Amino acid sequence: MTNLLRHRLFWPIAVLVVLLASNLVFSNNFFTITLQDGHLYGSLIDILRRSAPLVLVALGMTLVISTGGIDLSVGSVMAISGALACLLIGDLSNPDAVGPVLLVVGLAIALCLVFGLWNGFLVAVLGIQPIIATLILMVAGRGVAQLITDGQILNVRSEPYRVIGAGYFLAVPVSFLIAAAAVALTVALTRRTALGLLLESVGGSPTASRLAGIRARRITIMVYVFAAAFAGVAGLIYSSDVSSADSNAAGNLIELNAILAVVLGGTALTGGRFSIAGSVLGAVIITTLDITAVSVGVPVETTLLFKAIVVIILCLAQSATFRAKVFGRFSAKRTVPA
Amino acid sequence: MIDVSTPPAPQRNRPLLGAKRVYKANTKHIPVLATLVLLIVMYSVGVYNYDGFGDTQVLLNVFVDNAFLLVVAVGMTYVILTGGIDLSVGAVIALTTTVAATLLEAGWSAAVVLPVALLIGTVMGLGMGCVIHFFKVEPFIATLAGMFLARGLSLLINRNSIPITNDFWTQMAQKRFRFDDGVFISLNVVIAVIVVVIAALVLAWTRFGRNIYAIGGNADSALLMGLPVGRTRIAVYTFSGFCASLGGVLYSFYTSSGYSLHGQGLELDAIAAVVIGGVLLTGGSGYVLGTVLGVLVLGLIQTIITFQGDLNSWWTRIVVGILLFAFIVLQRLVTRKAK
Repeated sequence: MTNLLRHRLFWPIAVLVVLLASNLVFSNNFFTITLQDGHLYGSLIDILRRSAPLVLVALGMTLVISTGGIDLSVGSVMAISGALACLLIGDLSNPDAVGPVLLVVGLAIALCLVFGLWNGFLVAVLGIQPIIATLILMVAGRGVAQLITDGQILNVRSEPYRVIGAGYFLAVPVSFLIAAAAVALTVALTRRTALGLLLESVGGSPTASRLAGIRARRITIMVYVFAAAFAGVAGLIYSSDVSSADSNAAGNLIELNAILAVVLGGTALTGGRFSIAGSVLGAVIITTLDITAVSVGVPVETTLLFKAIVVIILCLAQSATFRAKVFGRFSAKRTVPA
Repeated sequence: MIDVSTPPAPQRNRPLLGAKRVYKANTKHIPVLATLVLLIVMYSVGVYNYDGFGDTQVLLNVFVDNAFLLVVAVGMTYVILTGGIDLSVGAVIALTTTVAATLLEAGWSAAVVLPVALLIGTVMGLGMGCVIHFFKVEPFIATLAGMFLARGLSLLINRNSIPITNDFWTQMAQKRFRFDDGVFISLNVVIAVIVVVIAALVLAWTRFGRNIYAIGGNADSALLMGLPVGRTRIAVYTFSGFCASLGGVLYSFYTSSGYSLHGQGLELDAIAAVVIGGVLLTGGSGYVLGTVLGVLVLGLIQTIITFQGDLNSWWTRIVVGILLFAFIVLQRLVTRKAK
């Protein structure tokens, strides 16, 4: 098992190392980390800080994909949570008071939980294909976000709110700490309790899980709620970082990047198996790719091409050889079909 | 000779297309009929509420403004009928317009550029179809990669909007077919209608069309029956790629420009049109005519919002989302009943 795990994470790690090494060649001071005004500065810290939203979204996506689903609405949920938070903070009499800002943050996440419930309801109760069920919120959600901000870009000035995306705690970026806490929470929930096992069981076969006494429906709803909540937090980080809510730019294409991160991390889209470490690594790789492109000076568009090539190679590797191996072993071990 | 006792029922149940294939005519037509009713209701509401909404040209403009979407959605219909999905169409439109504009700017003849432009999507579709069939990669991921590839390539070729000043292109863009004073359609509409008619006929009356429905119904059964599943599936993605490229050419006529950001989110509009048109997303059931109605519904929403004036464009998204939801739930109920 450990052997397999190491094997699964080998290529993502190799890609990350190659990316970082190329930075060593192309840009100066890439690995320099300095302490200024009690904050850590440097490209590596920047990567940690900037990958936080994608890590959060990829975490939720991993849970959803492990049940055999997919969530396209995360980008729109990000936009909505940022929009609502900025709108409410704009209405506060004293935007620098910590208490009201925390309340606003709580409200924004609560709204995201509702959207997650909605997605889960469509998938688990109405039995709609996940792609399509979440497509509804993906299309309508951006409209809702624009409705909240009245189509404008809402700028906010609030010191406590700024801390979420751009602040530092004990010299470490707060957004990184939030992402790390989310990862720790997810790992604890899925690997320290039976939840992970149940997720994989539902992903393997919802019907069989139900017959075995697992509340498959409830678990399916739960993963969409998780995905929406994480996306909501990511939306807060994003809007806090730029101190504004932009309904069009927030979370644009992040669903695809998150799916890519999950696939990069070795989780199969068919569900039934997942790797949280892989997804986090995948998200960091994608962010590093974007930052590397900027620091090396190649046009941003090349990263899109590179992503395409990486996806194609990974898919082929996963399908042709990887699958053949799995099926070969499967049929060799069990001669009697289930 | 006259048999009075013969029930007239079969006549009433007769479907619009593909009569011989359909056994549960009524349930299969409910989504399309629902869309038709919705379309009529929306149009009536528009005519009742807004001055000048009833003009023939207003309706024709829906076609003029959405001809490219219609073509793309037809290709998407084929893909979804087989139970697949094509996320690359918007990016293929961008790539087609960018390549066409770049080549025209470089002084190439339109007679060369046009086939090249059409080939781009066709080849990409063929490639994605092969990856999906031979390597058993999920359509979602394969076409997502295609989307990144096409968008990345067009960004690499040129990041800026390139105006098209070629004579042939401007002539095509300005060509109008006039029926009456102030009542006209553009060349794009004519091309789109031709594509729709051919696609509908092929789907309804050829072996290829029947294979598509069979694969969408159950790919394993189709394979066991000896149907050419692989060939059909690859052909369907190739066709969708071709439609996306043709859509791109129409779009470059429509906007007289090539731009790597053209057609952003268009794949979702096309999927929405197909779903609203009553095509089952699991495949196997639906009609090209339904997709046409779906595109018209999307176009009419836009028109109504324009006429209303004080509604903002983001309402389009919300209304489309609500419609999507309504139709998917309707489909769900219909398929449950059919079971």
